[in-house]
Amino acid sequence: MNQALLLAQLPGLRRYARALTGDLWAADDLVQDTLERACAKWTLWRVGSDLRAWLFTLMHNLYLNQRRSAPAASARVDLADVEDDLPGETTPADVGLDLDRCLQRLPHDQRAVLLLVALEDMSYQQVATVLSVPVGTVMSRLSRARSRLRELMDGAEAAMAAPRPVPLRRLK
Amino acid sequence: MNTQHTREGLTEHELHALVDGLVSRAEADELQGRLRSDPDLAATVQAWRSQREALRGLHGELLREPVPAPLRAAGDRVAARHGRDQQWWRWGGVAASVALAFSAGWLVHARWPAAGPQFAAAAPARSFAHQATVAHAVYMPEVRHPVEVTAAQQDHLVQWLSKRLGRPLRVPQLSAQGYELVGGRLLPGDDGARAQFMFQNAAGDRVTLYVGAIRNGAASSRETAFRFTEDGPVPGFYWVDRGFGFALSGKLPRAALLALATAAYEQL
Repeated sequence: MNQALLLAQLPGLRRYARALTGDLWAADDLVQDTLERACAKWTLWRVGSDLRAWLFTLMHNLYLNQRRSAPAASARVDLADVEDDLPGETTPADVGLDLDRCLQRLPHDQRAVLLLVALEDMSYQQVATVLSVPVGTVMSRLSRARSRLRELMDGAEAAMAAPRPVPLRRLK
Repeated sequence: MNTQHTREGLTEHELHALVDGLVSRAEADELQGRLRSDPDLAATVQAWRSQREALRGLHGELLREPVPAPLRAAGDRVAARHGRDQQWWRWGGVAASVALAFSAGWLVHARWPAAGPQFAAAAPARSFAHQATVAHAVYMPEVRHPVEVTAAQQDHLVQWLSKRLGRPLRVPQLSAQGYELVGGRLLPGDDGARAQFMFQNAAGDRVTLYVGAIRNGAASSRETAFRFTEDGPVPGFYWVDRGFGFALSGKLPRAALLALATAAYEQL
């Protein structure tokens, strides 16, 4: 395993982790844990096999473990629920923020599939291998993810396009 | 196997493959044709395409900015653990320990210093990489003469180019990524002849692997880290190994290029 080759994988891993977890801090933690796991399990990687796929598989398994052991941590205030109350003009940055927020509202297994396909250009078979599910499952999660994300984004855009006076509401 | 059919008889798989560009041009035209009589489904495909583009732009800055030092260090440990880190030690004691000191101690700034043992190797390698992308742009659009010797005569191709380049060459297998060899050609180069191998996938996308001798400035730095270049007509990844440069170029997103370059690197 060449050092330069491994380091070249890191930016892609960071970006995927960021999109998956919704948070740069959590993302870099996840990548760090993945690399530590890769260190401990280095004998499992066969020379000449797909290093990138192996790292993504490790990272995904860690992500699932983390979710299982700390479900409370992923419950955050959903800004989309209160954003109607927040004034402001739409900027291009907002669209990116919306996409990120809407992504976070997808179930994580749908989000993972969508990101591996769209962000990482993995084939459906590669995604199936990384996630340890049949290809059929990849396709149905992909359909649900794309449909749901489209609904969420259309909803978000509609909310942005209709500016209303800010009612005074108390946030609980 | 789930082959849920939509109104037009497009399977779920075909629908997504169309959106993700995983079908050949001919297949795409055929599928698109079937969509014409179902405007709702066509609108869905269009919406999903835009969504895909939007997703690909997400968090792009993380691809361009330097990796934070703790992550870099963790990455170094993985590679070192595997024990095939020969080039690290080949730099020689002083250079290696300077680089180690930078990676361990650079906690405040996440920026990797530009000066360092690799710096002297950068300019000829960068020029090589640029020439690779130019050569890609020249031959990629050719329909009738994309290569000089086709894959049908692969053994002859490899023998011929190995002889001219003065080093045994291997053609990597990129079929796992969906790419097949089209063929290769001989090209001029600063430090001797160069070879260009062209690969193509089902959708007709082409990438080229450009190989040739590089005479670096500093004798000690004969290896270059895996680098990404966006300067030329198309992006690419390149590296130097034992006095030979390799560049994988194509008009593809970074992640796809990285997958191909990684596969090529591991086999060469």
